[in-house]
Amino acid sequence: MTRPIPLLTLLLVVALPFSLLAGRVWLDPWATPNAAVILAELRLPRALLAVAIGGGLGAAGAAMQGYLRNPLADPGLFGIAPGAALGAVASLWFGYAASAWLLPAFALAGAGGAMALLGLIAGRSAGIALFTLAGMMIASLAGALMSLAISLAPNAFAMSEIVTWLMGALTDRGWSDVLVAAPLTLAGVVALRLAGPGLDALTLGEPAARSLGVDPRRLQGLLILGVGLTVGSGVAVAGIVGFVGLIVPHLVRPLTDRRPGALIVPSALGGALLVLVADCLCRVLPLVTELRLGIALSLVGAPFFLWLLLRMRREVVL
Amino acid sequence: MIEVHGLTVAGRLDAVAAALEPGRITAICGPNGAGKSTLLQTLAGLIEPDTGTVMLDGAPLPGGRTRARQIGYLPQVGEVAWDLSVAGLAALGRLPHGDRGDVPVAAALAAVDLAALAGRPVSTLSGGERARALLARVLAGEPEWILADEPLAALDLAHQLALLAHLRAAAGQGAGVVLVLHDLALAMNHADRVLVLDRGRVVADGTPERALTAEVIADVWGIPARWLGEPGARALVAG
Repeated sequence: MTRPIPLLTLLLVVALPFSLLAGRVWLDPWATPNAAVILAELRLPRALLAVAIGGGLGAAGAAMQGYLRNPLADPGLFGIAPGAALGAVASLWFGYAASAWLLPAFALAGAGGAMALLGLIAGRSAGIALFTLAGMMIASLAGALMSLAISLAPNAFAMSEIVTWLMGALTDRGWSDVLVAAPLTLAGVVALRLAGPGLDALTLGEPAARSLGVDPRRLQGLLILGVGLTVGSGVAVAGIVGFVGLIVPHLVRPLTDRRPGALIVPSALGGALLVLVADCLCRVLPLVTELRLGIALSLVGAPFFLWLLLRMRREVVL
Repeated sequence: MIEVHGLTVAGRLDAVAAALEPGRITAICGPNGAGKSTLLQTLAGLIEPDTGTVMLDGAPLPGGRTRARQIGYLPQVGEVAWDLSVAGLAALGRLPHGDRGDVPVAAALAAVDLAALAGRPVSTLSGGERARALLARVLAGEPEWILADEPLAALDLAHQLALLAHLRAAAGQGAGVVLVLHDLALAMNHADRVLVLDRGRVVADGTPERALTAEVIADVWGIPARWLGEPGARALVAG
């Protein structure tokens, strides 16, 4: 076991200035015209947003895998990300997204609705199986409603806007998005970290965890809150960014003692690093239009995850 | 002392009364569906009885971490979802205390002869080593009571005896040990006291020689059987 938190923090500190300079136009702070404005108004908020979104997704993925005791769990499973996406799609559908705050507000309301519904359905028994099924049903319902919204889009422009937004990206985001995502993500990561000891105990199964003093309702509440805040705020400002929550805990786990609770903060740092670097690569790739972050991560993430699974198949229980 | 009075769990336990003493090994025996695991989980505070109470040292069973510090529960299915090290697994027993507990963890691993394997991943352990590592997890919490649901079921005879020796050592240090056991010969030879359950009721309670008589076995398990050998080295034969 190495010390993942200092290592990942160091890598993040190295990657952050690099990401500020990288782009279709490489910045030379001394030579590029308006470098200070580009840095302050475009590159810095975008980099911080990448850190916030990646950090939230990484922490949420680690917590989800710990809670479900399944290395294939993903933050999308709880239906919170689709719920947030549905909120955002509704704002685009009705044309409310013109205001900078309305789309994130709708998305957060969608995430909140999914969280409340989850709590209402699954909170009674606090059983993990019911909870997961409820989350999957919410995800299916939200997915179906999004498809309905796309198929019934009032005009071609709205349809294109919805589809493009769902692909996930950090293009043209500003400080207002950082102000939405960063504090909510931080609060979410804190909630997930508080769930850490409960997740550690769950390693031994539900009855043993309860015998170790874990309150299943409190644990579930912390998870809904933590995943809701991190994933909900991430989707609210950047759309659906897949694979981070699934892959990052796998990459980071070998650096830790493999306790789910010990994985949350390193996964947050790892997720932040991954999204930051991926967003840089999206910007510097010589394509006609900038590659969407969500697409890029899925394009690279899916084969990489497959390779990882094959390599680790001895220890991954499928 | 754990005392239960009129303990009823609908369909599973029917007015069970018993008083369990610390420093001894108590075996809960009975056929499948008799309510053994339900009784153990109720004693551990994991199942809320419909009627009746579980009293720990004269007071109602506490909840949460307070209870977890006093009662260590080893479930029948020894699940370990992540490939922790042996020491990491044992350290989970310290969760109710909220500390790393390096000393009790090391003592627990030494008590089950796993100190040399402390850094090994759990996935590389044999069945016997794994069972001992799971017991070390309970011991690391330094509970006053160890409640184990069929801890010997998946083990060969040598490992069964080794694990029983570890449990006997814990009882010798004052812990109350309550085991659900299927193997009547192990209960007869190694328990200080046996509770026989049948369809949710206690039908025999006492020393193994008094509780596990041929008559009780015939009534409860429906098998004509008799004991051979001397007390402490009995063998059960059918017929």
